[in-house]
Amino acid sequence: MTRWPRIRAGLRGAPPAAPPDEATAAALAERMAAAAQTRLGRSLAVCFLDAGSCNGCELEARMLAGAVHDLERYGITLVATPRHADVLLVSGPVTRAMQEPLLRAHEAMAEPKWVVALGDCAIDAGVFKGGYGVLGGVDAAVPVDLSIRGCPPTPGQILDALRALLQANATA
Amino acid sequence: MSEAAALIRAAPALPCAPWPRHLLTAEAWRALAAALPGQPALALLALWADSGHVHALFRDEDTGAILPASVAVAAGAYPALSPARPAAAWFERMILDLWGHAAEGGTDARPWLDHGRWPVQAPLSPRPVPVGGPPEPPGFLPADGPGLHVLPLGPVRGGIAEPAQLRLAVQGELVVRLETRLGWLHKGTLALLRGKSPRAAARFAARLAGDSTVAHAIAFARAAEAASGVAAPPRAAMLRAVMAEIERLAGHLADLASLGQAAGFAPLPALCLPLREALLEAAAAAFGHRLMMDCVVPGGVAAAIAPGGEAAIAAALTRLEAALPALARLHDGSGSLLRRLVGVGVVTPALTRALAAGGVVGRATGRAVDLRRHPGYPPYDGLDVPLPSRQAGDADARVRQRLDELPHAIALLRELLAGPAEGAIGVALPPASGEGIGFAEGYRGDIWHWLRLDGGLIAACFPRDPAWLHWPLAEAAMAGGAVEDLGLVLASFHDSCAGMDL
Ligand code: SF4
Repeated sequence: MTRWPRIRAGLRGAPPAAPPDEATAAALAERMAAAAQTRLGRSLAVCFLDAGSCNGCELEARMLAGAVHDLERYGITLVATPRHADVLLVSGPVTRAMQEPLLRAHEAMAEPKWVVALGDCAIDAGVFKGGYGVLGGVDAAVPVDLSIRGCPPTPGQILDALRALLQANATA
Repeated sequence: MSEAAALIRAAPALPCAPWPRHLLTAEAWRALAAALPGQPALALLALWADSGHVHALFRDEDTGAILPASVAVAAGAYPALSPARPAAAWFERMILDLWGHAAEGGTDARPWLDHGRWPVQAPLSPRPVPVGGPPEPPGFLPADGPGLHVLPLGPVRGGIAEPAQLRLAVQGELVVRLETRLGWLHKGTLALLRGKSPRAAARFAARLAGDSTVAHAIAFARAAEAASGVAAPPRAAMLRAVMAEIERLAGHLADLASLGQAAGFAPLPALCLPLREALLEAAAAAFGHRLMMDCVVPGGVAAAIAPGGEAAIAAALTRLEAALPALARLHDGSGSLLRRLVGVGVVTPALTRALAAGGVVGRATGRAVDLRRHPGYPPYDGLDVPLPSRQAGDADARVRQRLDELPHAIALLRELLAGPAEGAIGVALPPASGEGIGFAEGYRGDIWHWLRLDGGLIAACFPRDPAWLHWPLAEAAMAGGAVEDLGLVLASFHDSCAGMDL
């Protein structure tokens, strides 16, 4: 099975309305084109999973999902189960206890599926690197397509990353 | 002074600032455990360990005295407190998991944080044991009885939620028992803290629970300062309080929003979240970070308020204050929301007292618990912190208590910001050896940090998040309740997992 190269978005400090990172979008578009079929259309169903975070990343994800940023305007919906999700948005270093629930969520998703690592911890375990209860970043458990830096990333940065996925889909 | 408190005070006192720690013999500790059931005023705030001792933090609620007490571990065990204090049960399970000390005569010896997935057992003991063999699935209490069935939930609960495993024993539509299993987020933070300077370790304290990053950082910094024999300068204390009150407002608004979401009442989050967003943006303008992570450091604060920051905070407060009547109307005027909250998820004053619950959860049953009223917590000593106003102990009282606390925090912030902005914002911590306890009142409740420094490095430490005392109350509140109210009841408590999963 092909392992897609990981793409890291350096989506830093961009205001919510700014266009998504072009390079990221292009790289993703390549992957989308390579995918045998896409069922994303112009919308994106996102399922959130906390794999070990300090809950700081959740706070900002919740702000994004709340009334401040109108996600639906961009065609992004939050879903409660990975079965209905195109994107798994994962926060935190992956703890050893959460490895299996994360794997199960990932397996439950239909192809094509995308994993977004939310926050510095999700990228490489962040400050928790080396903790005996920590497995590593999200890519220690499942392949990651897009990373969002920050501790925690702002809602605007999370939105930019999701829009990059959307744009990649539209241009694929 | 009660008999139990006298037992603690009679034991030799070891240096620990600001309260000496009393080292009890096993015999005195047993006598203490035996005296506790008749002394409800001696509240157990925390129970933890190091390699050779088990430590308890008590508060005499009649006198306000804080009493740390310890007992040596003998042959791998110590006399349990859980038969006398129900809150001790989860701590005792945690102590067994992390240090390997067994609670003799304890009510529950099942693993808590340890799910059998770590490379070693008793990771904080001097000699951790390598683990062999596959992990065992977590054991839940048996639920067999006529008509009983079990509803398993989690650890992934859908939506944006921290992982927790829940087992509901259900009869028809009624919940007979809710049992929680946490530990999913356990990273091994205490092991990461050991051997670090307070300055380096502060980054971990700030990430125990992101929703209370400021409060945890303050409690940790105050413990480190106490252990080092220094105090943060007055201006630093003032700036810490500014951050803590912003965190309180933002936290209460987030909790009100989640409660609205859980109740299917969209106007509440629609009103609260933009107000919270304005506060977070003001925090970013003033302190450089929306959640104010790493802005409190041992010895003081990382930076003073940036130019324009005060104006940004003032504007966010004005906006919030203007919305308060609408917020109150949303709650009072909307039959649908009120009907869902009144009488739901009730905890009695006797129960919150037995669990030593602080924060909104304790105050919503009329408990006069707010560490900002405790002496020796600058700058609050000179400020007016009102007593709680609610009694009913249901979801409605917890919502109203949060609503009541919004204008108080706004007034406190204005008073703090109107004070003089002069003087140092920090002192350097000497590379000292010593022991200290620090506390802070977070938006979820009282937070306590204990640590021991050896030559300026952390030899041992323990942070007590409010959730330790609140989750068991949420379990109790669900007993006899309706299955469909689970989300609502949990939201009304807002029991975080990260802070106690360590
Ligand atoms: S990246 Fe930062 S905010 Fe997010 S989980 Fe890690 S420590 Fe918490």
